[in-house]
Amino acid sequence: MSQAGYNFAYLDEHTKRMIRRALLKAVAIPGYQVPFGSREMPLPYGWGTGGIQVTAAIIGRDDVLKVIDQGSDDTTNAVNIRSFFARVAGVATTERTREATLIQTRHRIPETPLAAGQVIVFQVPIPEPLRWLEPRETETRSLHALADYGLMNVKLYEDIVRHGRIATTYDYPVEVNGRYLMRPSPIPKFDNPKMHRNPALQLFGAGREKRVYAVPPWTDVRSLDFEDHPFAIERWDHACGLCGASDSYLDELITDDAGTRLHVCSDTEYCAARRAAGHQGDAP
Amino acid sequence: MSPDALMSVRQLSAAYGRQLACREISFELYPGEVICLVGESGSGKSTLLNTLAHRHRPASGEVIYRHARLGPVSLGALDEARLRELWRTDWGFVRQNPRDGLRMRISAGGNIGERLMALGERHYGRLRETAVEWLRLVEIDPQRIDDRPDTFSGGMQQRLQIARNLVTRPRLVFMDEPTSGLDVSVQARFLDLLRRLVAEMGLSVVLVTHDLGVARLLGHRILVMKEGQIVEQGLTDQVLDDPQHPYTQLLVTSVLAA
Amino acid sequence: MTDQPILEVQTLSKRFKLHTRDGIEIPVLEDIEFRLGAGECLVLDGPSGAGKSTLLRCLYGNYLVSGGRILLRRPSDGLVLDLCSISPHLLTDLRRTTLGYVSQFLRVIPRVSAREIVAEPLTAVGVPMAQALERADALLDRLNLSSRIRHLPPATFSGGEQQRVNIARGLIVPKPVLLLDEPTASLDARNRAVVIALIQEARLAGCAIVGIFHDREVRDAVATRSFDIQPMEREAA
Repeated sequence: MSQAGYNFAYLDEHTKRMIRRALLKAVAIPGYQVPFGSREMPLPYGWGTGGIQVTAAIIGRDDVLKVIDQGSDDTTNAVNIRSFFARVAGVATTERTREATLIQTRHRIPETPLAAGQVIVFQVPIPEPLRWLEPRETETRSLHALADYGLMNVKLYEDIVRHGRIATTYDYPVEVNGRYLMRPSPIPKFDNPKMHRNPALQLFGAGREKRVYAVPPWTDVRSLDFEDHPFAIERWDHACGLCGASDSYLDELITDDAGTRLHVCSDTEYCAARRAAGHQGDAP
Repeated sequence: MSPDALMSVRQLSAAYGRQLACREISFELYPGEVICLVGESGSGKSTLLNTLAHRHRPASGEVIYRHARLGPVSLGALDEARLRELWRTDWGFVRQNPRDGLRMRISAGGNIGERLMALGERHYGRLRETAVEWLRLVEIDPQRIDDRPDTFSGGMQQRLQIARNLVTRPRLVFMDEPTSGLDVSVQARFLDLLRRLVAEMGLSVVLVTHDLGVARLLGHRILVMKEGQIVEQGLTDQVLDDPQHPYTQLLVTSVLAA
Repeated sequence: MTDQPILEVQTLSKRFKLHTRDGIEIPVLEDIEFRLGAGECLVLDGPSGAGKSTLLRCLYGNYLVSGGRILLRRPSDGLVLDLCSISPHLLTDLRRTTLGYVSQFLRVIPRVSAREIVAEPLTAVGVPMAQALERADALLDRLNLSSRIRHLPPATFSGGEQQRVNIARGLIVPKPVLLLDEPTASLDARNRAVVIALIQEARLAGCAIVGIFHDREVRDAVATRSFDIQPMEREAA
């Protein structure tokens, strides 16, 4: 049952249709930012209003929803958005990546590979990859229209100049389907390869900037780089202290006043599932 | 268009709103030729420059350009993509104020490499090599490759603009008062450098200046502009030594030994 | 030789109109006519102020004529061109290949060395820089310009040194027509002799020369003909 007095999934049907039309266009032109009429939502900009509107527009009564924030199912943002949809749409929720039909995320892609038929919705603060290089919106639109993206490499060039390597570690720019330059939202670059030819549909919603964009299933997503400074993901000297995984994105925690450090999976569900299956790390 | 001209300007007029800024300008530019537009401020020189490059769309008339691949084309008929391609490969644009012509928050090397990256160069090492080569050519210490242009002197900034524009070996460069912000001593170095590069690379240049000395040094031909019109044109030495139009005579007699 | 003139001047006139001085007109040349064939050296005679330099500048296209024609037969294709009506672009081309001019004074260019100034006209016709500098050195050797100062910009040179640089620049590309405006004015006897020899060599190689020489010795040594110019009556001076 959904909350009395509200339409299913909060938004009215006209709004949902408008957003769906924008999403269809986004799917048809992978990586292209489609404007949409972003609505006032019952939470502030920066809390995922774009992602929530996309989710609200596409969620159905049979969907199973998972919401994560920085890989975790139980942080404030994730808990609130999950309970929001549980109340206004009455849908089933889960923490298990495999069970979810729809995943809304802030800043991560789950470690468990997504499958065909799943949809992942990214919360996007700033959709325009060229924003800090070229502040004029009219100009960035022209640059996209003409695929004039040399400027983005100038940014990466400057990275190498300052840091000896490409120091951008999250929201790392990608080229989608050999055409549009896209911000993947502030996911770690560790997750960039997961976007490439992913069987799931990837949708992106920016509420404040009123843009949606998409990467349809099985689409090429290439991280920009230089031939002699190729794109590479983060590596750790440690495995996860809890589950022993050496293939996941790790957060570094300080566990006591003595500054003892612990590296653990950022994806809490992945970590828990591994532990449940008997894997163990070397943390005391 | 003459068979060997690079650019042919025909009855070109430009307007800002209803105000005509240049009126019915016609001339031809040849490969390797430097044309100086001279005249006082407000005479329409800079507007003409921007209109020639189609940064500003003409009100009437046209510019025919001998495109490297397409042959003679009317610039007005080119789409935005083709125009931009010209702007960043076959043409250069050197601004009066280096802030308009450089990215001040990007290193000197990045400024030089930008056009190459736009053309698809994706090798950091090669970009560095090219940047070093060009810094040398414009007499900037290659050690400063990673410094931002806002730490450079005015003369260095203008020389960096030159490098940033010439790195794609353009055939045509537009320059808008490139020396007017420089001290006289710094100017000489800049002009000499420009003169050499223009000769060595066989560049065609349209240069706006109000300094007849600059025109004398660099220009093969001079177009004298007044109130949006060309009142006199000819070989540089002829216009300066035997000016015909009252305005040109006034210009020439107003300066010390140009 | 003169039945196929390389340069022919017809009814040439030149007046200066000074707009900054209430538009007064100063007539300088009127009805000037002569023909010049290859291998001739025509010396312009006449008192100072008669308009000799003005005529030379008209021939070079530095001054616009007020009337008449200057016909140049281009040796490369025999085509006769009227210098008074051709495009500036074509005139530039003729100056590079066909029409030489040595002015009284060198126009120095900041930071450019003497040998580069001399070599430049060669590179402008396509000679590679290294070879052009070699030929510039050879010519400057002949003109006794010390190799010590050749690498310097001539701004600080003496009048005689500057003039020799100027002559070398003017003569380094052999051209069918040569206009000389007092090329020996500030030279000593030794260098004057060198310049006379250079002019003679050019002439014997077929160059048609129009020159102004105040120095009697030089004039007599190089002239094959002379042309007299007298000052005009000036109504408005």
